[in-house]
Amino acid sequence: MLQAVGMPDLDGLFSTIPDACKRTDTLDIPELTEWELNDHMAALAGQMVSSADYKMFAGAGSYQHYIPEVTRYLLSRSEFVTAYTPYQPEISQGTLQGIFEYQTLICRLLGMDVANASLYDGAMAVAEALLMAIRIGRRKKTVAVSSLVNPYYRKVVETYFAPTEFTITWLPYRKDGTTDLSGLDQIEGLAGVAVQSPNFFGCIEDLEAAGKAIHAQDAIFITCFSEPLAYGVLKAPGALDADIVCGEGQSLGIPQSFGGPGLGIFAAKQQYVRNLPGRLVGQTVDADGKRGFVLTLSTREQHIRREKATSNICSNQSLCAMAAGMYMAALGGTGFRELASLNHDKAEYLKAALQAAGLEVPFASATFNEFVVKFPEGFDQRWQDLLQKKILAGIPMVCYYPELANHYLLCVTETRSKDDMDALVKEVQS
Amino acid sequence: MKETVGTRGLILNEPFLWERGGKGRTGYSLPRRDVAAAALPENLTGDGPDFPDLSEVEVVRHYTRLSTWNYGVDSGMYPLGSCTMKYNPKTNERQAALTGFSGAHPLVPSELCQGALQLIYELEHYLAHVAGLDAVSVQPSAGAQGELAGMLIFAAYHRDRGKPRSKILIPDTAHGTNPASAALCGFKAVPVETGPDGVLLPASVEALMDDDTAGIMVTNPNTLGLFETHIQAIADIIHAKDGLVYADGANMNAVMGVVDFGRAGVDVLHINLHKTFSTPHGGGGPGSGPVCVCKRLEPFLPAPRVVKTEAGYALSEDFPKSIGKLHAFYGNFGIMVRAYSYMLSMGPKLKDVSQHAVLNANYIKEKLKDVYHLPFDRPCMHECVFTDKFLEARGVTTLDVAKRLIDYGFHPPTIYFPLVVHGAIMIEPTESESLENIDQFIATMRRIAQEAEEDPTLLKEAPQNPKVRRMDETTAARKPCLRG
Repeated sequence: MLQAVGMPDLDGLFSTIPDACKRTDTLDIPELTEWELNDHMAALAGQMVSSADYKMFAGAGSYQHYIPEVTRYLLSRSEFVTAYTPYQPEISQGTLQGIFEYQTLICRLLGMDVANASLYDGAMAVAEALLMAIRIGRRKKTVAVSSLVNPYYRKVVETYFAPTEFTITWLPYRKDGTTDLSGLDQIEGLAGVAVQSPNFFGCIEDLEAAGKAIHAQDAIFITCFSEPLAYGVLKAPGALDADIVCGEGQSLGIPQSFGGPGLGIFAAKQQYVRNLPGRLVGQTVDADGKRGFVLTLSTREQHIRREKATSNICSNQSLCAMAAGMYMAALGGTGFRELASLNHDKAEYLKAALQAAGLEVPFASATFNEFVVKFPEGFDQRWQDLLQKKILAGIPMVCYYPELANHYLLCVTETRSKDDMDALVKEVQS
Repeated sequence: MKETVGTRGLILNEPFLWERGGKGRTGYSLPRRDVAAAALPENLTGDGPDFPDLSEVEVVRHYTRLSTWNYGVDSGMYPLGSCTMKYNPKTNERQAALTGFSGAHPLVPSELCQGALQLIYELEHYLAHVAGLDAVSVQPSAGAQGELAGMLIFAAYHRDRGKPRSKILIPDTAHGTNPASAALCGFKAVPVETGPDGVLLPASVEALMDDDTAGIMVTNPNTLGLFETHIQAIADIIHAKDGLVYADGANMNAVMGVVDFGRAGVDVLHINLHKTFSTPHGGGGPGSGPVCVCKRLEPFLPAPRVVKTEAGYALSEDFPKSIGKLHAFYGNFGIMVRAYSYMLSMGPKLKDVSQHAVLNANYIKEKLKDVYHLPFDRPCMHECVFTDKFLEARGVTTLDVAKRLIDYGFHPPTIYFPLVVHGAIMIEPTESESLENIDQFIATMRRIAQEAEEDPTLLKEAPQNPKVRRMDETTAARKPCLRG
């Protein structure tokens, strides 16, 4: 081969690179055999608390749900795993139909007209939604975001807004654990408002009232979520007039994996379709009139519009969207609703048991599978002790809301048994 | 030519999910109910989603059939330029699936996630070493977010010096994500024309660089597959006006163990783990786009960052100049595990990877340049760019060549990119292909060129073998049908 390219040796291939740019050392990275790698990785993984052997009562944006074997198995089909973005539709129909079905099921779950093929995660989805509201609002330069939107999502929103001329107003929360929207009429040039439901306290927002209040200001109504399973039992936001619905889809068959990869879900009303960020799969026909699918409306995207694109996103979370599609298909409508009910009912059981044990649940609004509990002064030491017993008794809220010392956000999914919950109640009582 | 890979075979039809199934079927086993039902306020509850109910076997057949309509690296050669479709080692999947990693909650105290923190810390260290830069954050979720991180760092750096700038230089060969990422940061993209040899000339940069320009975004090796020979001189021009140099490292697979980007004058570089470091593309993601910086820009990296302390590894938010957070947690950790696994499997042999990737591309370039027009006839890096100029007389285009390749069992190269080359055919074989595969690809490309001469309809009507033929993309865009 070297002869064919007219080079004396492999180094000759790099003769166009100036010597001053070349490195003089050898790469200093260990080289392991497959055997050594397995040992090394097992040792690292062994230093992790995994949800499998701890009793986790932690959610806050990452949820422990059972992943049916069928999802895991099908997702490992290497035709899905090792394909690129479907630029050549004739040999990418598997990914394309799979994503088209994902878009459809997401629309059905959220009651929306259109959903894109995915964004990176829930946090980035909220940031993109707010930027989209600014695009739609044209000369309006302000967005308002509930302080009960996941604090990490809010941080990402701040990052995306930092270099822009647009401002963010943070909306306070009310005593019942929902967003206070009463000050919206005081905000000048309001392009959009984002609330989260269930919100970071686990409380379900009154989206119908929120929509009316937001639309009264002629602003785009954005509602987001970190736990889409809730929409197995809750009213779909689309039915409550939401303009954009977005959030994190990790709950839909995706491993927690230390926070990523997850799935940025993004859906909107039909009228905003040409303002959507990210890829879209559309149905069409081939030269013989046979049904097929392609990436479409790409004139919104960076590879065509460049600096005028609706977003800079290129690669998304396609395989995670496939996983979500498989998960929703495996559960079906009936299973999805039953699983959602079970999550809610278990959380209600723990909430009632903790209240019966004398603990305070400070926010009165209805919740799904997460809720805030106020523990007695000095509980932080007890919380540490419980870790030794392999119980993670919720996420401390004081890091996010300084006024909420001794408040913890507890989460119960289908993976927690009644026995687990009884054990937790007993421990926090003693 | 030996027998081709492409052939006809039985392909099964498969309807939509919702055209299958029946009420009450399920492919999921719910845990036994051990608590009583509890009521939710009626005004909040809905009817539940209108999903089809399917049995497990229906779900399995559905997705198995769909998968057979796809072409992946595991199916065959995938010479998609600029995308680095190399083989994805299966051990990476094993490591990412370890329960300790896949089942880890991101918000546990640091003493309970030392394994993940150590992995991130070491991966960042190894990536910095390969890049020749000083510090790395693996938080960006994909290449475009790595670019965004880079541009946010540019903006933060100039703001920190009290002199915000409004423009950014971007060569006309750049990926579309470059101007889009820069625009998100409020920078106005100023295009720089590529020189006659396919590389940037310092004079063109000098003519445009001024005190209101934040710096330059260069893809190196560039999208023509050429190394930007004048990168140091260009960096000097930019630095002389207090600007910064950003390198898009999408094409890092060409230069591992060869180029030191720090010495080349680069200040910020992003790397695509899903290209160079063998993590699978997944039909369009998830990827991971670490951002690497020189020492003076380290304070601006995304936070939190993993730091090493006497008590072990910890997450630190103590970076007051940080551009902030880009991901709800720490990025696409599962992808990092795969890339880390790959780096440790390869060690110093990462240099061999680049040598073979470049050798393969040059070999293809030499073996095809008599039948396909080569706009820049000089040694290339890991990819080579041809055009359809020689085929024009027969009315055959790049698209026709690409579609005909499908019939022969190859994934087509990247087409019509970079935009500066009319009818571009951008071929990136990667190091993964054997000489036999590459020879067969070359023979196929030559045969297609011959077909273009003798019977262009074979190309015009291609592909014939896949499940569907050419798609009506115009109607798809004019009358969008985005859901069933």
